[in-house]
Amino acid sequence: MNILLLFVFIPILMIGLLFLTNSMKTIRSIMVAGATALLALSIVLVILFLRERAIDPIAEMLFISSWSWYAPLNISFTVGVDGISVAMLMLSSIIVFTGVFSSWNMNMAKEFFLWYCLLSIGVYGFFITIDLFSMFMFYEVALIPMYLLIGLWGTGKKEYAAMKLTLMLMGGSAFLLVGIIGIFYTSGHVTFNLLEIANNLHIPIEHQRWIFPATFLGFGVLGALFPFHTWSPDGHASAPTAVSMLHAGVLMKLGGYGCFRVAIYLMPEAAHELGWIFLILTGISVVYGAFSAVVQTDLKYINAYSSVSHCGLVLFAILMMNRTAMTGAIMQMLSHGLMTALFFALIGLIYGRTHTRDIREMGGLMKIMPFASVCYVIAGLASLGLPGLSGFVAEMTIFVGSFQNAGVFRTVLTIIACCSIVITAVYILRTVGKILYGPVQNEHHLHLADAAWYEKISTVGLILAIVFMGFYPSGVAEMISNSIIPIIERLAGV
Amino acid sequence: MNFSNFLLMGQETGLIVVVIILFFCDIFSTGKTAKWFYPLSIILFSILTLWGFCPKPEGEAFGGIFVTSDMTVLMKNILNIATLLVFLQSYRWLNSKEQSEEKGEFFIITLITLLGMYLMVSANNFMMLYIGMETASLPLACLAAFNKHQEKSAEAGVKFILISALASAVMLFGLSFLYGAMGTLYFNDMSLTVLNNPVTIFGLVFFLGGLGFKLSLVPFHLWTADVYEGAPTSVTAYLSVVSKGAATFALIFALFKVFGSMDIVWQNIIWWLSVITITLGNLFAIRQKDIKRFFAFSSISQAGYILVGIIAYNAQGMTATVYYILAYVFSNLAAFAVISAVENQSGKTSIAAFNGLYKSNPKLTLVMMLSVFSLGGIPVCVGFFSKLFIFLAAASAGQYVLIFIVVLNTVISLYYYLLIILAMFIKEPEESAVATFKSDIYNRIGMLICVVGILAVGLVSGIYSYINSLNWVI
Repeated sequence: MNILLLFVFIPILMIGLLFLTNSMKTIRSIMVAGATALLALSIVLVILFLRERAIDPIAEMLFISSWSWYAPLNISFTVGVDGISVAMLMLSSIIVFTGVFSSWNMNMAKEFFLWYCLLSIGVYGFFITIDLFSMFMFYEVALIPMYLLIGLWGTGKKEYAAMKLTLMLMGGSAFLLVGIIGIFYTSGHVTFNLLEIANNLHIPIEHQRWIFPATFLGFGVLGALFPFHTWSPDGHASAPTAVSMLHAGVLMKLGGYGCFRVAIYLMPEAAHELGWIFLILTGISVVYGAFSAVVQTDLKYINAYSSVSHCGLVLFAILMMNRTAMTGAIMQMLSHGLMTALFFALIGLIYGRTHTRDIREMGGLMKIMPFASVCYVIAGLASLGLPGLSGFVAEMTIFVGSFQNAGVFRTVLTIIACCSIVITAVYILRTVGKILYGPVQNEHHLHLADAAWYEKISTVGLILAIVFMGFYPSGVAEMISNSIIPIIERLAGV
Repeated sequence: MNFSNFLLMGQETGLIVVVIILFFCDIFSTGKTAKWFYPLSIILFSILTLWGFCPKPEGEAFGGIFVTSDMTVLMKNILNIATLLVFLQSYRWLNSKEQSEEKGEFFIITLITLLGMYLMVSANNFMMLYIGMETASLPLACLAAFNKHQEKSAEAGVKFILISALASAVMLFGLSFLYGAMGTLYFNDMSLTVLNNPVTIFGLVFFLGGLGFKLSLVPFHLWTADVYEGAPTSVTAYLSVVSKGAATFALIFALFKVFGSMDIVWQNIIWWLSVITITLGNLFAIRQKDIKRFFAFSSISQAGYILVGIIAYNAQGMTATVYYILAYVFSNLAAFAVISAVENQSGKTSIAAFNGLYKSNPKLTLVMMLSVFSLGGIPVCVGFFSKLFIFLAAASAGQYVLIFIVVLNTVISLYYYLLIILAMFIKEPEESAVATFKSDIYNRIGMLICVVGILAVGLVSGIYSYINSLNWVI
């Protein structure tokens, strides 16, 4: 029994238990117990991982187990983690945990949490597996619950948004599937195992030239790559709070992680040759997302476009292809996951009380709900990169790494991307100033209550994680950075 | 005459015995005993289905026009399972006022068509294949017109018989060319003498056309929507799964055994057929308002996927195709079980009738959801695995462009499958919505089998490995 399998078994168990119950109380206790168990499991995994890593500093992946599945096709179910996946699992657990508290008062709670658990199975499964077949399977498992979660519990143009999101992401996975099948047959020996392909086999360059764009694009759609990012604002704006949190916080990271683990790792030659195309696209993502956020008036749209910008930065840093930038990319995934989840949790909180997300109709919330407002300010500061919070660490590392690259092209792009920091400050400060300070716009808002205890758990949990990352970046960076070495070696060996 | 030949025809003989027993039971079951007829038929046919899984001898019979191997036995078993599922979901329809007198006919006629399909699968000679196809087609027209008091059903029957006759004629025309080119209709002999000359290609094209009608490939699909809509729902289910499955199996054997040496020619044809079939099937399905017509077009596009597996022309392709049919049996019949439950309850077959079904009948909705997800290729349903294996098979033959087109089509198909999900879960029910009801025990058993099939066949890899392990010869 491998400890990693628990990440999939616990949500399955939760689904089974949820089926049996109908009372709101039991449903809540199942969810809290399950989410806590997952969080504890992630912490245990981090400790075990660090201990194993100290014993065996060379192995690329730890906790590897493999079960033969479809023997005639040489498909097996293989799990294993390195520092990056451990970090991702930790992130997912934090967000799943806080998401449960943010959706404390859902109607049709049973169905909601059933889909929620299915979504988390997909996310966890994706991060623990190291073979393309199971990765793709879990990837799709994570996508499809979004349709119903948005369609049923969403707000606004939910049917349109749900369909758009699902179809665009599935369209991306179509590219991905073709790419994966290409890898399966062209690497020299039919196998889906990532480590085997990376270390013992080689995909010929003429095949890399089409497989690399296909896989990068496939994962890039989920990572909000520029022309294919349009699902994200609509989807996030319509989704219910916890779903926005999980989707922006974790699911979009699947895209970045996939680009990193599959596209760049397995096809370093093509990454060098064709990376510039995607570098331009991600550069556009970064700046365009930030500019779009400036002109939005809906809180969720602001945050969704800011996600486009920040996730663009993840892909941007991955494509810079050096150790510092890639470490920064992973840190940015963690940091963005935490702070965007915090944002969405707070927006959900505010919207649940004011029933509007239009920033023009709000004001002076600081007096009305001081707790939520302070949290919002912290989230904003993290987002614009205040030292001591996670955003600063991540973006700093990314830009330092990017400047290490020689060549005018990359330097210019880095400078352009750096501008996004300033624009981020514009929209964050504008929003904070508009809704938290100033006169109260609507006198009904004066009687609104501050955050309830369950909402406090969710926001405080996220803030703690953000502050931890801000004050102790070296621990996180070290764990990640060691796991990047094999990839950098492959890239350098070209 | 060597009677030991009949020993090789175990399943066929068993089926004929069942038909004869049912025939006499039908004559003598009147009045009080009539209500036992349905359970008896189910039990008899279940026994036959289970017996199909016992080991069977392999070999050729009647001078080589009939062949049986573990592969054909497996194919017949798949057809049996599908037919059993169709029977299970027809209980309420058969016990309705209009049909209660004609239960016997339904079972007997259906089983006779099944016999024809057995012969198609086991055919090792084009004449045998033709006879099997005719035996399977003519009674099916009868079944399509089974609701004889309904105009639409009668229309479906007439359309089906005309199209079947046309398809047979086209196919026979092709076969006569093949005979002219090679002087024999035995698969084994033909594979030795087949040459890539215009006459053979001409014959091949017409043969494919004939089978294309049965498989409802575009451009031979025009009858499908009307017949599916008009025929009784159980018959539609039978047409869309069993009939299609048998035609697929026959197509695999004919192409792989006989035309193996001219694979480039038929791979080209099939490439285009599958692309057109999937794309047009998908595009038409989007606009359907009637759920039976919807599934007609969905099944057209599914037929296109089947071709993607065949195009590989290797062991992997054959395994993937047979596996695909098995997956399709469970997925599609689960949907039809729900459709027939809703239709028998409310008399409605429009997609709008499914609006808000989740609120009144959550369990039915979940079955339908699994079925639709499986057809759309969402994990962990079996449809995901079967589609993936089909693509892997096609990729092993280097057909990347085809895979790309087909995978993009999967996204389109997901759109219209999600429309069903949208109707069931998200839309508000109409005023005359389907009320909460309990389906009959047989239908529930059928749905349970389908759900287990959808969830288990993919995750348990043994089934794929078993299909792969069966010996067969190109």
